[in-house]
Amino acid sequence: MSKISQPHLLGIKNITTKDIELIFETAANFKEIINRPIKKVPSLRDVTIANIFFENSTRTRLSFELAEKRLSADTINFTASNSSVKKGETLLDTVNNVLAMKVDMVVMRHASVGAPHFLSKHIKANIVNAGDGTHEHPTQALLDTFSIHEKLGTLSGKKVAIIGDILHSRVALSNIFALQKLGAKVMVCGPPTLLPKYIASLNVTVEYDVKKALEWCDVANVLRIQLERQQIKYFPSLREYSLYYGINKKLLDSLKKEIVLMHPGPINRGVELTSDAADSHHSIILDQVENGVAVRMAVLYLLAGAAG
Amino acid sequence: MQKKLILDSDLLDITLNRLCQQLIETHDQFQDTVILGLQPRGIYLAELIHQKLEKLTKSNIPLGYLDTTFHRDDFRRRDTPAKASETKVPFVIEGKHVVLIDDVLFTGRTVRAAMDAMIAFGRPAKVELLVLVDRKHNRDLPIAADYVGKYVNTIASQKVLVEMQAQGHKHNKIWLVNQD
Repeated sequence: MSKISQPHLLGIKNITTKDIELIFETAANFKEIINRPIKKVPSLRDVTIANIFFENSTRTRLSFELAEKRLSADTINFTASNSSVKKGETLLDTVNNVLAMKVDMVVMRHASVGAPHFLSKHIKANIVNAGDGTHEHPTQALLDTFSIHEKLGTLSGKKVAIIGDILHSRVALSNIFALQKLGAKVMVCGPPTLLPKYIASLNVTVEYDVKKALEWCDVANVLRIQLERQQIKYFPSLREYSLYYGINKKLLDSLKKEIVLMHPGPINRGVELTSDAADSHHSIILDQVENGVAVRMAVLYLLAGAAG
Repeated sequence: MQKKLILDSDLLDITLNRLCQQLIETHDQFQDTVILGLQPRGIYLAELIHQKLEKLTKSNIPLGYLDTTFHRDDFRRRDTPAKASETKVPFVIEGKHVVLIDDVLFTGRTVRAAMDAMIAFGRPAKVELLVLVDRKHNRDLPIAADYVGKYVNTIASQKVLVEMQAQGHKHNKIWLVNQD
């Protein structure tokens, strides 16, 4: 008998190592289920979940939606681009209107940092943060660490390098918290302009040379250059970024060891990863996607169960 | 807390042997029969019976584990969600005779959930239920066992405690516990 310690999943920062371990155990069970001929269980059949996305998403939204359907929950989808938000409705009003239709859980992505935290103080439903601005993306970090755990057996003592646009990445911050809670050592690597100023205060090693980072690590989690969040130029050109920070097969082969290559998607092929690297045997990118559904099922199941 | 011994090691062995003979009477060489132990506690009993049956019939009998957690009807109606265990059904159950095995039959709700969970793997020709202890007068659902090790008259506040060597206990023992 065990229970998740929080009514919401707002960020990895707010949950305990025990919670993460419980999510992993539950996710492993769900992974077995989604590989069966009948991939569905009736656990959440009396639960209605609203997927509220104020920002674009393909993978995360599909993954959540699939996770909800595999658990037999009823789902409604809401995207800001074709809604009353355009007419000037506030976030709280929008969500309260959705909840008035008897919704039990909210999965939300929002461009503003702390939007789900704000919401959690004002509404009763369970909230799952599917990404808030450049802050946290907890389910991505959980599926990343779950995938590493699955591949390497443990995270304790493993060295993980997060490479690329750390400054604009919610995946990076959530990953740092999750990895450290599970006992891994974390390095961030990227051009100085794309590393946050005080990142070292999170107890991570900072490295500017991608080759050195790859030589140090067991796992490289490569992040996308988030051009849509960059209002100013952080590097001269994509071509130059790719030249200095792009990872290709040649670079991977030049290492004296095998490393695991990850990417949260979507990949900018030819920028942070070349195709021959992304599709190589080092890569577990598609396992990450598969595990994403299982991990999100576990999160939804545990939150719904704790709320009973 | 008062404990009363219902079955000790020797008696349990006699009971299990009888259950195996009864199974053989119905299933002969087990050519179309598979065994599914219910997680978490029914699997130890299933393993014991499986071992005995393979010895007696000299044939390979498929044995699987079925977890009912995600099919339970008390989800969100209890404080903590039940913890899931491994489901392992590495064979086809479509068209087979399935023997579900659990340690204690009480309200029947676990067995209902188990049948629900089982259907995800196919449509069996026939399903039977074997339990070691049948707690009479406590059923919430119209469910009955086909093979019973021992009938016990209990009240709802009592508990049946099954200790198996496979779980790390010194001896196989079945207790009736009065909870204060």
